[in-house]
Amino acid sequence: MLWDTLARPDLWAATLAMATPIALPALGGTFSERSGVVNIAMEGIMLIGAFFGVLFSFYTHSAWLGLLGALLMGALISALFAYVTVSLGADQVIVGMSINIFAAGLTAFLLNTIFGYGGTPRETPALPNLTIPGISDIPFVGPILGSQNVVVYLMFFLVFASHYFLFHTNLGLRIRAVGENPQAADTAGLNVRNLRYLGVMIGGMLSSLGGVYLALGLLNSFEVNMSGGRGYIAMAAMIFGKWTPFGSLGAALLFGFATALSMILQGGGISSNIIQMLPYALTILALTGLVGRSTAPAADGIPYNPNK
Amino acid sequence: MNKIIKELVTPFVAIIIAILIGACVMILTGHNPLTAYGALFSGAFGSTVNLSNTMANAIPLILSGLGVAIAFKAGLFNIGAEGQYWIGSMAAVWIGYSVHGLPPILHISLAVLVSILAAGLWAGIIPGLAKALVGAHEVITTMMMSYIAIFLSHYMLENGPMMQPGFVPQSPVILPSAMLGKIVDRTQLSWGLVIALVVCVIVYWLLYKTTLGYRLRAVGLNSRAAKYAGINVSFNLVLALFISGMLAGLAGVVQMLGVQHRLYDSFSSGYGFTAIVVAILANNNPFGVILASIFFAALSTGGQSMQLVSGVPAHLTDVISGIIIFLIASKDVISLVQKRWRRRHSLAPVKEA
Repeated sequence: MLWDTLARPDLWAATLAMATPIALPALGGTFSERSGVVNIAMEGIMLIGAFFGVLFSFYTHSAWLGLLGALLMGALISALFAYVTVSLGADQVIVGMSINIFAAGLTAFLLNTIFGYGGTPRETPALPNLTIPGISDIPFVGPILGSQNVVVYLMFFLVFASHYFLFHTNLGLRIRAVGENPQAADTAGLNVRNLRYLGVMIGGMLSSLGGVYLALGLLNSFEVNMSGGRGYIAMAAMIFGKWTPFGSLGAALLFGFATALSMILQGGGISSNIIQMLPYALTILALTGLVGRSTAPAADGIPYNPNK
Repeated sequence: MNKIIKELVTPFVAIIIAILIGACVMILTGHNPLTAYGALFSGAFGSTVNLSNTMANAIPLILSGLGVAIAFKAGLFNIGAEGQYWIGSMAAVWIGYSVHGLPPILHISLAVLVSILAAGLWAGIIPGLAKALVGAHEVITTMMMSYIAIFLSHYMLENGPMMQPGFVPQSPVILPSAMLGKIVDRTQLSWGLVIALVVCVIVYWLLYKTTLGYRLRAVGLNSRAAKYAGINVSFNLVLALFISGMLAGLAGVVQMLGVQHRLYDSFSSGYGFTAIVVAILANNNPFGVILASIFFAALSTGGQSMQLVSGVPAHLTDVISGIIIFLIASKDVISLVQKRWRRRHSLAPVKEA
């Protein structure tokens, strides 16, 4: 019975589809926290991305312009977050929470104000599914990898690109340096403030892209609170993935698998609710060091004050 | 007296600014802010029924808000009040329908005791010990435990052990002997309000008039100094999360025994998250928690009638809440910046030399 389930390609296709909206904000969180800013606002930024993606896509008649607009809004709201937390040194967790509440309220309010109470228009252009010739014809692998939404492929590309950027470029090294030891980085002539802005804003755009995928890739509509806690799961994935792009992807795939499995098992055998607890339980185990200790960047969450 | 006024300035200014921003948004979207806020106010306080429902909404906020506040006082951010609320609710409903033949006073006491113990352990054991022993950050662990609790409630209700026979995922109704009476008939306002107010006084007394509270606050202010003063920091961290969880759990108990009388399958009660906002607005002052709870309860009950009467979507109240917390978080900063600026200017010549 278990093997039959595991041999179903739709399980693995759903795993990829469910992992993408976790991997993208997890990647976003990685950028932010590597630069030393704890970001629990991924949930809210995803909602901003999802709503404005639909809004821009509907009014410009182009899903790609919708995506672009959503990235812009994601960058904008995280610039605000960065201003208050980095420049003014406010409590990062509290500000992050306020952004989550604000974004949930704002997107729901704008949804009702602009589109009324009947939901977003059905004719909103969506992001296309890609069919990759060659791969899509291979049995088993084809249905999994061969025809996914374009954002799924983009996500894989971004994971590799982020790894290269963070660990193999000067700028990436600098971002990590201000997250580990801002005093030393400052002494070495790095601009701690700007680098943290950069980390937070790249993070915001990636989280926003996660929201765009939900709204324009999976569903083709915006719904109130459609992120459904994925921003928080992403935080778990980032921690479980030890603050690295590949780790975040791996954790997101594991969590996506748990979701996909619970969807497919619905009504049969093991309770899907128990399976869905696993990601959270695993994250606690990882944090307590029971399965490979996860340690945050040393200056994560500590505002940097050069006068101290 | 001066101190009280000083404490009230920040939240008051934040609220005013947020309400003004809300008004601007209403004008931009073609609504009359006076009509809308008028409808909100009368929807929240305008009649005995409305006032009672607002107060009823405030009860779980007061209790879980106290829970978050007491953790903050010990330097801990309990973001998982929502999950502790669910644990308390589950235990209370279970005792409520499965234990037969007790007189009301005993039945209610038993439900309260078992539930707050369960919720306290939920927060104290894993997040508390993980924090005290290996330093795992409580923001993450309490949040993860919160999701586990919510999925546990889905498991219990969706064809699980607590599901009522039939097709609807909900628990059986608790026995009449476990129900809290109503203060005002045909509203949701139960005697839970008195419980909440009494607990508020207890929390104040605990924090400011006992050695235990002194130790908790010392750990919160400076855990290293507390350690050198001979305070067992690990123990107090676990204790703070335990008490915090008990209070959030009590919010669930009172809501179940006083209002809902059964457990429904849902993704979130919302109370646990609003509790954080309440504690922040109240600056963790137990009596401030009461005021802040009434404020947010009024926003939520009044928001509905604002939508009905003036057509402004009720979600605008969430925007206002978000702005308030944002301003309070940055207001601390603004005064800090002012102080630093002043200091820098007085020190400037010395620095240059």
